Amino acid sequence: MLALRTPPDPESLAASVSDQDRSAVAKALNLLDDKRPEARKLAARLLATLPKERLYGSGHLIGLTGPPGAGKSSLTAALVRVWRNRGLAVGILAVDPSSPISGGALLGDRLRMLSSDLDDKVFIRSLACRGEFGGLSAEVWPMSLVMLAAFDIVLVETVGVGQKEIDVSKLTDTTCFVAQPASGDSIQFLKAGIMEIPHVLVVNKADVGLAARKTLSELRGTLKPPAHAGDWQVPALAASATKGTGIEALADSIEAHRAWLTAQGMLPTIRKRFQAEWIVKRLLEEFGRFGIETLGGESRLLDSLVEIPGSPFEQYESLRNRFLTNRGQ
Amino acid sequence: MSSDRKEVKRDRPWLMRTYSGHSSAKASNELYRTNLSKGQTGLSVAFDLPTQTGYDADHPLAHGEVGKVGVPIGHIGDMEALFDQIPLDKMNTSMTINATAAWLLSLYIAVAERQGVAPSQLQGTTQNDIIKEYLSRGTYIFPPEPSVRLTTDIISYTVNHIPKWNPTNICSYHLQEAGATPTQELAYALSTAISVLDAIRDAGQIDGDAFANVVGRTSFFVNAGIRFVEECCKMRAFVGMWDRIAKERYGVQDPKLRRFRYGIQVNSLGLTESQPENNVQRIVLEMLAVTLSKNARARAIQLPAWNEALGLPRPWDQQWALRMQQVLAIETDLLEYGDILDGSPIIDAKVRELVQGAEEEMRRVKEEGGMVQAVETGYVKRQLVTSHTDRMRAIEAGDLKIIGVNCFTETTESPLTSGTDSGIMKVDATAEREQIERLQAFRAERNSKEAKSAIAQLGDAARSGINIMDASIRCAQVGVTTGEWSNELRGVFGEYRAPTGIDISTHGMGQSETVATLRERTLKTGEELGRPLKILVGKPGLDGHSNGAEQIAVKARDVGFEVVYEGIRLTPEQIVKAAEEEGVHLIGLSVLSGSHLELVEDALARLAEIGLSEVPVIVGGIVPTEDEKDLKAHGVAAVYTPKDSDMNRIMSDLVNIIRESNGLERFEDAA
Repeated sequence: MLALRTPPDPESLAASVSDQDRSAVAKALNLLDDKRPEARKLAARLLATLPKERLYGSGHLIGLTGPPGAGKSSLTAALVRVWRNRGLAVGILAVDPSSPISGGALLGDRLRMLSSDLDDKVFIRSLACRGEFGGLSAEVWPMSLVMLAAFDIVLVETVGVGQKEIDVSKLTDTTCFVAQPASGDSIQFLKAGIMEIPHVLVVNKADVGLAARKTLSELRGTLKPPAHAGDWQVPALAASATKGTGIEALADSIEAHRAWLTAQGMLPTIRKRFQAEWIVKRLLEEFGRFGIETLGGESRLLDSLVEIPGSPFEQYESLRNRFLTNRGQ
Repeated sequence: MSSDRKEVKRDRPWLMRTYSGHSSAKASNELYRTNLSKGQTGLSVAFDLPTQTGYDADHPLAHGEVGKVGVPIGHIGDMEALFDQIPLDKMNTSMTINATAAWLLSLYIAVAERQGVAPSQLQGTTQNDIIKEYLSRGTYIFPPEPSVRLTTDIISYTVNHIPKWNPTNICSYHLQEAGATPTQELAYALSTAISVLDAIRDAGQIDGDAFANVVGRTSFFVNAGIRFVEECCKMRAFVGMWDRIAKERYGVQDPKLRRFRYGIQVNSLGLTESQPENNVQRIVLEMLAVTLSKNARARAIQLPAWNEALGLPRPWDQQWALRMQQVLAIETDLLEYGDILDGSPIIDAKVRELVQGAEEEMRRVKEEGGMVQAVETGYVKRQLVTSHTDRMRAIEAGDLKIIGVNCFTETTESPLTSGTDSGIMKVDATAEREQIERLQAFRAERNSKEAKSAIAQLGDAARSGINIMDASIRCAQVGVTTGEWSNELRGVFGEYRAPTGIDISTHGMGQSETVATLRERTLKTGEELGRPLKILVGKPGLDGHSNGAEQIAVKARDVGFEVVYEGIRLTPEQIVKAAEEEGVHLIGLSVLSGSHLELVEDALARLAEIGLSEVPVIVGGIVPTEDEKDLKAHGVAAVYTPKDSDMNRIMSDLVNIIRESNGLERFEDAA
């Protein structure tokens, strides 16, 4: 394995990331992607240095998911325009599937986001899912943290069908599901309870008319009123990315969910919970059920992780070492 | 001579044209007049990319592209110079123009007026087929819906005012260039024609009886490949299918109005850079496909020059192409007979097979909601990319043999390409600067108040939905520029980016030993560098021919790269910004318009500015040897031209280039 040619200084890199330095954000993301042991150490230091209050207490982490062809990328581009008009800096992580045969991937998402390309308050990184994490790449969580340190809004865009759609909801404050007019699949998943209910539902391509209205009314039919007063009421909206209609309202709904989370005082808890889920999932992939049991079982592990401070890499490494030491005994 | 030399009645030959235009209106006018004096019977105008995509010569995106692949036309002054001493009432002019077709036709009408020629006397063709621009050629501007509206405006206008004009030339030509099989060509061209005609019928600008004339004026622009027997059958299939569509779908009673009228440019995809003289045989054989069968014979033929894959043809190369047509039409006995293929059971069976396949594919397009929808969803593009990828894989595997490329590659040095000009024409480097000077002088001299008001009226027409042509012709008369005309409409219609189709499945992906080796190497190098290898593929400039870039992107994915595909029409600034954000190991730039030097150097300078000089850059395109040296001197790691058809070899290079730039040792060449 080759040594890093010009190892970055993680502390100063973290400072530049917080200053929204684009080149620093790019380098930090590259470092988080780097699997060499030396890079892992630097990455852990980088994550540990990023300002905690930003990672766990501010910004807005949004997941946008839906079936292929629903127009997620054009909707993202339309939302970015609204956010930019509101003066917000936006980071985007666009996840595309990897080929199971070659391991390669085509990341074509940038194309349709092009209208925002020359704005330096918009930063897009595409990622291949690399066959792990059920449609999401393992790098998404740590990379989201770097982006949270730099930008006001971080949007994770993933292709999702059925069950895989929920993965992004385990990593993001607000999950927005994009439905395709006249495609009943997602509605079936929702009805059957296979798919976790997202926080915001939107039917894109509202300009097609009847089919979109029908899908919207079917989606609304799957929604139940909140069980308790003060619970989040999931809205179902119609929008058209190409015509630019309904985008402001969508941005408002997403924002309203963030405001609700803050009012409930939930933001720090769910962010730590995401991190705990990410760590457990990684341990599960490496050591299987047996490993998780050895470490005390999934729910105890999740609860204890929320309590322990530390960056995701530090926490992961310490649990990993604990397992390896235990097994060695 | 055994044949009896008696007087036979010969058919009239087809219109003979050469697709040409370059540098400036004045230079192109000289070329046209020379070509006409050599026996060419019509004109085929090639416009440069800024003109095709609606930018003035002084726009940043036009930099490096002015006068490169065609003539720059910025306003009525240029158009007048282009047809100087060419009486438009006698000429039959074909204009390869699409997104800005309404504009160039307006300029043509305005110039005719200045020559004292009424619109009703004009003859010619505007290509005006936007659908294939989204699929292959890439010079679209607006989204499909307003684009189709512009198309139908032109058709309605010409049917009423220029009865001898062919307002739209539905192109299957570019579909074949993008990889379409004969079946796909038939299906997509006819589906496109249906979508356009349905739109006109539904727009209601034409009343019932005149609609048959609209069907009658619909013409096609077709491609003919080297499998000339099948191609000939394809033409016969077109004739039969179109006749039936016109009759059954549109109720056209007059058989003359149901004729499948088409022009042809033979296949450029199959023209090779290695042993380029072989292209002469290919072109002649391909011409047979569209002339042998009298009932399916082309109305107009333009042939490429033998050296098209090398660069811009010289006047002599164009003359050679014209002489091929003249020999076939005048020396041979082809035009003395009726249809020599009628009654052949073999031909009939092949035609039936093609018709059946095409009808099936047309049903699928219909299921997608019609051609416009099938383009928007990316369905058609995916089918084409799949076919093209199959073709490339077949060449790679040696299943598809191409003389001089993957077999019989030994060659003696060619005297044709060893001259001081390397066998191609160079565009005068001062062309762009001079064009900008002329444009700015023109703008200063015109009545800007009149121009402004004409532009405002154009915007009103676009918004209100009335036919765009009157307002457009007014713009032409008062000296509005190409960029101004297009900008006004961009403001009303918006801009569009088409699906790339590269998200095709990995089914049938290369399984050879070489591919397996390449995957291992990509994986291993990624591990050594800490993360999977990631590359960015993009096309700077205005050239929209994305087939090459798409094939590289798909192939790189197949051997394990993570590929960020940036698509067409990007500024070097956008590409460099993306490369930084994406953290790529290598950047691939594809340029086919001849603007590689300007665009690539710009990109390299910007990379250096943000401290990314260590990211290697490779270039693909039609790059003359001399320029290749120049690019490498500027720091380009490798240059690939059409003769580099071995994709595995290119992939093997990419891995090694990344290794070297990161201080790793090269692997042995894999292919």
